[in-house]
Formats: sequence, structure tokens, C-alpha cells
Amino acid sequence: MNQTNKHTISILVENRTGVLQRIAGLFTRRDFNIDNISVGKTAEPGISRITITTYGNNRTLEQIMKQLNKLIEVLKVREMKPETTLRRQLALLKIHAPTEQNKSEIIQYTDIFRGHIIDVTPKTITIEISGKPDNINALIELLRPYGIKEIAKTGITAITRGQNTL
Amino acid sequence: MKGSQLLINKLKENGVKTIFGYPGGVLLPFYDALYESDLEHILVRHEQAAAHAADGYARASGKVGVCLATSGPGATNVTTGVATAHMDSSPIVVLTGQVPTKAIGTDMFQEVDTIGITMPISKHNYQPRSPDKIVEYIDKAFYIASTGRPGPVVVDLPRNALEEDINIEDYEINTEIPGYKPTRKGNIKQIKKAIEVINNSQKPLILAGGGVILANASEELLKFATLTNIPVCTTLMGKGSISEEHPLGLGMIGMHGIETTNIALTECDCLIAIGCRFSDRSTSNGELFAPNATIIQIDVDPAEIGKTININIPIVGDAKATLEEFINQVESPDTTNWTSHISQIIQENQPTISYDTVPLKPQQCIKEIMEAVTEDTIITTDVGQNQMWMAHYYKTRKPRTFISSGGLGTMGFGLPAAIGAQFAKPDENVLSIVGDGGFQMVLQELATIKEHDLPIVTCVLNNDYLGMVAQLQRLFNDHVYQTKFYDNPDFVQLAKAYKIRGEVVEKPGELRETIQEALKTREATVIDIRIDANELLPIVPPGSALDKMKTSFDDVEDLQ
Repeated sequence: MNQTNKHTISILVENRTGVLQRIAGLFTRRDFNIDNISVGKTAEPGISRITITTYGNNRTLEQIMKQLNKLIEVLKVREMKPETTLRRQLALLKIHAPTEQNKSEIIQYTDIFRGHIIDVTPKTITIEISGKPDNINALIELLRPYGIKEIAKTGITAITRGQNTL
Repeated sequence: MKGSQLLINKLKENGVKTIFGYPGGVLLPFYDALYESDLEHILVRHEQAAAHAADGYARASGKVGVCLATSGPGATNVTTGVATAHMDSSPIVVLTGQVPTKAIGTDMFQEVDTIGITMPISKHNYQPRSPDKIVEYIDKAFYIASTGRPGPVVVDLPRNALEEDINIEDYEINTEIPGYKPTRKGNIKQIKKAIEVINNSQKPLILAGGGVILANASEELLKFATLTNIPVCTTLMGKGSISEEHPLGLGMIGMHGIETTNIALTECDCLIAIGCRFSDRSTSNGELFAPNATIIQIDVDPAEIGKTININIPIVGDAKATLEEFINQVESPDTTNWTSHISQIIQENQPTISYDTVPLKPQQCIKEIMEAVTEDTIITTDVGQNQMWMAHYYKTRKPRTFISSGGLGTMGFGLPAAIGAQFAKPDENVLSIVGDGGFQMVLQELATIKEHDLPIVTCVLNNDYLGMVAQLQRLFNDHVYQTKFYDNPDFVQLAKAYKIRGEVVEKPGELRETIQEALKTREATVIDIRIDANELLPIVPPGSALDKMKTSFDDVEDLQ
């Protein structure tokens, strides 16, 4: 995957049965990629916001946006440019930590990355971390030597910096 | 009022007079209401034919065609017709039955996920789960099907929504479709840019696609072309957008297009593409397409702009509105040299269509068909060699008189589409040109033709082969395999079994006479036309540039 060709797209949709299937199906049908996806309600009743991270060249991106716009239940589509976009992700990490030393090191790292410990057992520590996807990945790499038992990540969600709205 | 009654009222409000359908268990409430109404229901013999008939109706009339199929297998059978209409942007509303909402998801008898199945092959679909939603969605379905870039809309009707009895005045019906706002008028700045390029071009060419016909813009196209003296070539779907007998009408481009037209396209310095989507069959190798041209593309669907070909000046807008603007703004470029050069190479390279041979050459058959019909005769074709012979040699003169499955290439389309066209235009002559392959996919519809005494003339170009695939095998593969029908039925006897007149045609002249006779008596006729299986179509080999057409086949072995 070429990182420079990664794009974040925000989509406002009418919140109806099957709308997610329409969007996911469109990506499959047109041979576009979904790297990750997140969906949630907006302030306006009946309208949801979908954030998709995808990759491809400019022509592909243009086609994705145009094809999405054609879906009747899609209200707005916008590419979220990296320089003007706040992107955040949430991850839950269960780390192998059988010793007190392990635990204290992991807790320190978690603090540095502004994560929270949300569960501890004699052999594991579970961390909640949210933030920029790169930061989360950095913490994961740091913790990998201890043994990662499980990772649960949400998709990335994104919002425009400043006064502009979608 | 019951949902089924509300449905019928809504269909009528949307101008529906004829429905092509096939009943089934979950649709029984609808058929009860239908019995009480004055809507005409045409009982087909297979649901696929219902969809193709609705499609043929839409293409011949410009109105929305309507078909109906029951849940489960009815819905799956209809899908080929939905996809066909989708690929060719044909406005149809497809009604399917569905099990009651409380049973959805339980694998009830004849349950299938129609919404899921038709999502990628329709413009949109709806599942009204109560009678008030039927009222809302039917209006929306017709609006979406017929506006913007037209297409099929599926309305999946759970049985309970048809049965429930409501007082519709108690409901507020939402008429908004906030996510659907088709553009009609092209951007003025873009139009100005395009006009400037056209004014300064020396070798301009118009490429008209199906969008011109869908937008009913043939008059504007002709006006623009004659005003500027710019020749017009078409895609398969654009056949009929301009008369191919007009001096500026150059006929079809593409893989099986006219050689000289393909050459003109390769030579032009400005291509004005209107309502076409540059399909691979039209462009052949996209990277070598119109290499010398500044390309202006006008399309109502923004997603079609630059999808397969790089476009210099895109204009999102409807063909009619944009052409009107073009007519107002254009200053005639000096095209005299170019246009006379084109007409000269076309005149010098007229294909031979007259053959005094037995077995009949398909070219001779097309010639005789042309001699027997008028410019108003509606032609439907099937898919394959029959279609491309017609597309190549038949001179279409009016829009909506050449009806063919382009994008999906659906064998079995021709005959049911003719049924739909005949219901749309009951007083016109309708000829269905099919091959022996496609005909056998849908010949059960002869029963529908007989039942309604439709005077459709079915011309079976019979070579006992799946000719198009056999042609590809002969040219590019090692074996002609599984493309010969070793024991075709006797199509005359078959027609007679359906109580329809059947004739065999073997010699030059017979086809013209047989068609003339059938059209005079307005009697349904099946004509078994024995043609030369060895005849091949001019072809741009896959991957080649459009002007590298293979027209001589001396190196190709005859069939065994």
C-alpha cells in the first residue's frame, strides 16, 4: 500500500436500512479499497456520518467520490485533506504482563502516550488509547515485545480543523 | 384503502397503462386489486422477459416501463433485465413481491434478499414496509428512474404492505429526496471553453451516444451538426440519434464499427462526445483513442466523465440543454475540407451489401430488411453477430427505432424487447432481429405474442452457431468449440406449435418479400433465415487502436 495515496473521505448519509451495505457494496463492485471505516450519528436526527480511509491514485479517488455521490442516500461527500483535518482513532490493547516489572513499564509507556489502563489481571494489562493513528501504532510497536494478546481498533474518524464544517 | 389499491392508484398517477408481469403467492393481494382496475397486465412466460419488455417499452416510447415479478425466483429471474436496463440507462420501475416483513430473514418459502441482490444493478431500490411507504416510494421510484441519467428502480413489496388497510389522509407523505439533484444545465464557463475549441478546430467530429436519445435531443443534434457542418458518428446506443442516411451521419464507431468512421475518429482534432460513456467496445484501446483530438465530453452523469478516457473539457449536463446552448453560441468553424474529405473516404469505402449467393450472406439479409421497412419501423436486436450486422449495415434513421442491449450484451433481449416496443407503439411495425442462440433463450414469449396477436416479425438469422463467439474462436483461439448447435429445432414447426406463422428463407429476395407480406397482413411471423455461417464481421482486434480494423478474412479457415 502506498501511504502517499491514502485518502480520508467523510460522507453524510440518510440513516436508512442498508445504506452501509450500499456504500460497502459500491467499494467492492468498483474495486475500490476500504482500509478502515467508522460510522456514527450526527447532531442532525436521521443523518449519519461515515468516515472511510481508502487508497488509490487521483483518478480512483475522483471515481470513488463521484460514485458515492450518485447513491441516492448519500447527502455529501468530501475528501478530508490531511493538512486541515483532525483524525482520531480508538484502540484497546491487551498486553501480556506476567511480572510487576512488565506492568510498571507498560504503565509508564501508556502514560507517555496518554492512554489509560482500564483492566489489570495477574497476567495481563488492558490499555485504552485514542489519538492520531500514528501515535497508536507507535505505542503498539513499543508494546509488541511484551506480547500483544489482543487488539481491538475502531475505524478512523475525522473532522475539519477550524470553523469549516462538512 | 389497501396498499395494493394505493399502489395501483400511484402507478396510474405516474402514467402507467401497461404492466408486464408474472404472478406469485405474495402478489395475490395486488392481482386482486389489479382485477378491479383498468391497468393492462401482460402475462409473460418468464420474468426475465417482463423486464426486457418493460425496457423495450421505455426505449421505444421514452416513458417509464413497468414490470412485476413475484418474490424469490421471480425476483432473481427479473435481475438480468434489471442489469440490462441499468447498463443502458433505461428508465424502468421493477416491482417485486416480498414475504411479509415479520417473516423477512427467516428463509420463508420464496424469500430472497431482493434489495441486496439488486443494489449493484439498479439505480436505486426501495422496500416499502407499509401502505403509506408504497405511496411515498412509488412516486420517488418513477422520479428517480426517469430523471438525470435514467435507470431501473426496484420496489420490493412485502405482502403485508399490500394487504394492510389504511386511511392515507392520516399520513404525511415525505416527498423529499435530499441526496438526489441531477444537473441539467451545463456550466456556462465550460461551455464557453468548449465552443472556443470547436470554433478553432479544423477537423471536428461529434460522437453521439445513447444519452442523446434518452434526452430526446436528436433535433438539437441535427441542428448543431448542420449549423457547423460537423460530421456525427455514434456509439451502438447512439444509433438513431442522427439519420445514417444524412450526409453528416457517419454511422457507428467501435470494435465492429464502420472502418472509415473509426478512421475519422482517429484523425479528428476535436471530439465532441455527447451522452456516451466511452465503453471498451466503442473505444477499443482507450489509450490510443482519438489520439489527435481535444476531447469535449457532455454527460449528465458526472461519474462518466473521465472514467475511462482522459477528457480535456468536461461538461456535466443534459444533452438537450447543452446542445441548445452550443447552438446559441457556436460560430461555424471552417470544416469544409475536413467534412468533404470524410464524406469522400466514406463514399469510396461503401461496404458491399448486395450478394446473390446461397446460403444467404447476412449483409444481403440486412439489405433486404432495409428495403422492406420504413424509417419508423422499430427494430430490436438480440446480441451477437445478428446485432452487429444490424448495427454495422442497417441505416437507422430515427431515434428510438433501434433497440439493442448494449452494455450488458444480454442474449435473449431482442424478442421480449420487441413485445414491449409493440405495446408502446401499437400502430408501428416492429421487427425483432435475433440469432438462433438468443432466440432459443426466450422463445417461450412467442406465446405472449400469440395471445395478444402482436404483429411482430421475428427474423432469426440462423447459422446454427453462436456466431459471435465462434468468430472470436476462429480469429483468436485454437478451437471452435461448444459454439455450434448440431441439432437446432425446426423454427417453422416451432412457430406453428405456438400458432404463429413460420417461413423459411434461403434465397436472395425471399426475405424482403416475406417481411413485406408479414407487415402488410400485420400477422406475427417467425422467419427462419438460413445464413452463411462462415461470414465474419469486420473487427478491431482486442487491444488494438480503432483504425486498425481487420476487414479481410482470407487467412481464416472456413468452418468444418
